[in-house]
Amino acid sequence: MLNATLGELGAALAAKKISAVELARGCLERIERYGAALNAFISVDASHALERAKHADAKRARGEAQPLTGIPIAHKDILCTRAMRTTCGSRMLEHYTSPYDAHVVEQLERAGTVLVAKCNMDEFAMGSSTESSHFGPARNPWDKRLVPGGSSGGSAAAVAARLVPAATGTDTGGSIRQPAALSGVCGLKPTYGVVSRYGLVAFASSLDQAGPLAKSAADLALLMNAMAGFDERDSTSLDRPKEDYGRHLGTDVKGLRIGVPKEYFGEGVEPGVLRAVEAALRWFEGQGAKRVDIELPNSPLGVAVYYVIAPAEASSNLSRFDGVRYGHRAKAYSDLVDMYCRTRAEGFGTEVKQRILVGTYVLSHGYYDAYYLQAQKVRRLIARDFAQAFERCDVVLGPTSPTTAFAIGAKTSDPVQMYLNDIFTVSAPLAGLPALSVPCGFDQKGLPVGLQLTGNYFSEARLIGAAHRYQQETDWHLRVPQETPL
Amino acid sequence: MSLTPDDVRRLARLARIAIEPEESGAVLDRLNRVLGLIDQMRAVDTTGIEPMSHAVEVVQRLRPDEARETNRRELYQSVAPAVEEGLYLVPKVIE
Repeated sequence: MLNATLGELGAALAAKKISAVELARGCLERIERYGAALNAFISVDASHALERAKHADAKRARGEAQPLTGIPIAHKDILCTRAMRTTCGSRMLEHYTSPYDAHVVEQLERAGTVLVAKCNMDEFAMGSSTESSHFGPARNPWDKRLVPGGSSGGSAAAVAARLVPAATGTDTGGSIRQPAALSGVCGLKPTYGVVSRYGLVAFASSLDQAGPLAKSAADLALLMNAMAGFDERDSTSLDRPKEDYGRHLGTDVKGLRIGVPKEYFGEGVEPGVLRAVEAALRWFEGQGAKRVDIELPNSPLGVAVYYVIAPAEASSNLSRFDGVRYGHRAKAYSDLVDMYCRTRAEGFGTEVKQRILVGTYVLSHGYYDAYYLQAQKVRRLIARDFAQAFERCDVVLGPTSPTTAFAIGAKTSDPVQMYLNDIFTVSAPLAGLPALSVPCGFDQKGLPVGLQLTGNYFSEARLIGAAHRYQQETDWHLRVPQETPL
Repeated sequence: MSLTPDDVRRLARLARIAIEPEESGAVLDRLNRVLGLIDQMRAVDTTGIEPMSHAVEVVQRLRPDEARETNRRELYQSVAPAVEEGLYLVPKVIE
C-alpha cells in the first residue's frame, strides 16, 4: 500500500480494504522509522492525524466520501494551519501558530485529506537545498549525504521516502519542481492565480504559487482538483470555471508539438541529466509527438532577473516581521528601532538577511531604475520568448535542474553557485506559466533526474496528461529510494 | 558595481537588520557576489519595453465597501510578543 498512487489508495479505501485510520497509522510508523534521519518534517502530530482519519472514516461510512477522503497529507510549513505551528523554517516563527488556515489547507481539508505533518523547508522558501532551514537541513532519501533540493525539500523527501503519499509545496523560482526532480517525485507549479495565496506566508507575491508533490502525474491531477479554485481573499486569485485537471489522462501524445529549446541542452547540464532527458524526448517522439526546435534567447538571463525581483518583493513582504505583532522579539534592546534591528538580526538566518539587503538595495533611491525596473523589463522579454514559442509548440521540454542532487554543504559558501541551480525553473514563475517535473531516469550515481514540461497559461491538464502517458510506459516514478525501503 | 562597507551599513539601517562588525566582511562579500550575478541583465537593451510587474495581466478586483470582517482582535493578539488591554506594547518612543 505504501507505494500505491492516490487513485489506488482511494480505491482501497472505497473497497474497505483499508481504513483511513490504518493508513494514517502506516504513515506515522514510517515517519517514526525514517522521519528523523531525513529531517523531512518540522512538526508531526499523530493525535491530530488519527482524529482526522477517524473523521474521514465516519464521512465514508455516511456515504459522503470524495476522491481524497482519508488520504494522509503533509503541508509545507509556509502554509498556515491552526492545527500545527507554521514556522516557515525560521527562528522568527519558531513558536508561531496561525489563527487561521490557508485556503489550500481549507480546500484539502474539505476534500477529506488527513493532515499528518508540516514539512521542512528553506527559511521563508529562500533556497534550493533546504539547508537554510532553522531546523537543520532535510536529507535526500536516495543518499542522506545529499540535499533533497529546495525550498520544498521536506515535502519532496517525505513523498520520495513514502512517509506520506502526497504533500504540498510552494514555488517561487522552482521550489516545487527542483526538489521534485532531485528527490525523484512529481511536482506541479500551477499557472499564477490558479491556487489562492491566502494563508501562504508571502515571499515574492508576484511569483509565489502553491502546488502539489506526489508520486505520479495522475496524483497531481487529483490534488489540483482540490487545491485550485477562486478565493476572494487573494486579490490575484483568478475567477475561472472549475476544471478537471484529470481530463487529459486518457489523451495520447500523438501530434503533440514538443518545443526543445537549445538553451536548455547546452553547457552546464550534467551528462547524466542530458542522457535521461534526451531519452524521454525520444520516447515522446516514438509515440508520435513532433519535435519542434525553439529558442528562448532571454532565458539565460532568468536567474539574474529573478534574483532582483524576488529579493525586492521579499524585502517588502518580510518587513512585517518586526517583533510587534507576532513571532520572535529580541530580549535586550535600547529603543524601538534597536528592537526592530535586533529582533530581525536574531530571527532571520544568513540567506534571508542577504536577500532582504539585496532587495533593499535594488529598490533604493538611485538604483531602482537600473535594477528593479530593468529586471521587470527583461521579465517581459522572457515572457515574450515563451509566447512566441507557444505559437509553434504545445509544451516546452527540458531538464528541471542542470544537476542531480548535490552534497549538503557543497554550495552554501557561494550564493551564486546555489542560485545557478534554478536556471531552468525561474522562467515559468517569471512568465506566470504552469510547469511540472516528473522523474525520467537516473544518472550514473543512481540519483534521480527530473523532466520538466512547461505549458501555456492554464494548460496544467495537458501537461499532466502528457506526463501520465509517459508514466504508463515507464516506472521511474515508482522506484523507491534504497535508504528508505518499503 | 561593488558595494563598500558604508553601503552595507546604510542598507542594514534601511532594512532594520543589526549587523555585528565581525560579520560585516562576510556579508559584503556575499552581497557583491550576488550583485555580480545580477549585473548580467543590466546590459540588455530594453528601450520601449513595458515593465512586467505581475505574472498575469488582470484588473484589480473591487468589492462593495461594506463592513463585514468580524472583530477578531483577541485571537490575533494572542500570538503577539507583548499586549496589554488590547494594545501592542513597544518600547517608549515619546518621553
